[in-house]
Amino acid sequence: MKDDVVHLRVPAQPEYLALVRMVIAGTARIDPLLDDERVDDLRVIVSEACTNAIEALRVRAHDQGIDPAALDSTIAIECHLSSSRVEVIIADEGGGFDPDDLDALPAVTDPSRLRIERGLGIPLIRALSDEAEITSGPEGTRVRVVLDAEAPVST
Amino acid sequence: MIELGLELTERDGWAVLAVSGEVDVATAPRLRERLVGLVGEGRTRIVVDLEKVDFIDSTGLGVLVGALKRVRTNEGDLALVCTGPRILKVFEITGLTKVFAIHRSVDEATVSA
Repeated sequence: MKDDVVHLRVPAQPEYLALVRMVIAGTARIDPLLDDERVDDLRVIVSEACTNAIEALRVRAHDQGIDPAALDSTIAIECHLSSSRVEVIIADEGGGFDPDDLDALPAVTDPSRLRIERGLGIPLIRALSDEAEITSGPEGTRVRVVLDAEAPVST
Repeated sequence: MIELGLELTERDGWAVLAVSGEVDVATAPRLRERLVGLVGEGRTRIVVDLEKVDFIDSTGLGVLVGALKRVRTNEGDLALVCTGPRILKVFEITGLTKVFAIHRSVDEATVSA
């Protein structure tokens, strides 16, 4: 199979998230490289990455005292299919966070953890992918994940 | 608008909220609002039935953690019903299986809790 790429760009707004999950899951089922469980993993990963982008935009809009939709910000998703893996890149347009800050959270079993209702997204992205790379800067946050096919196609 | 089903029934003094559809950043506010409303009405023994949930991510998990915190500060309890592997998986990975009582049926949740 040749390398195929699907590009998707949506407004960074919650109501587009289900569409993104549907398109990326549908793309990953082409061929199909991944079994249903891994496609479900990918749906969670994409949802988490886009949610972070939407939340970052909300923070930026709040700081500027405007409605998030007024920023006209988008999320760009690329899904690369090759013979042995699915690679997905989710990139937003700014208002990033520091992924290393997440280490400061107490363990989920710690009673004080109940005060924190967020911060579970990045651990999920890392746990559900075979490779995860998260970079963040003033120009935006970029999440790149790879899910390997179970049985690589022999050449 | 993404569909999120929220159906409330009563079982042995428990408020049983059956959730269906996808719980994400778009729909989670409706779930949060409903759970906050229940606690506000003094319903602090709650079972959240996730059997008909097709998808949940950390935003949905956050709402459930928030609700658990809320009922506990009101001396209540919140139990979950979930058997679907794809939903259980996110609870397992995030360590929340140690935080929530997760039951196989509404009967089990309302009897044992």
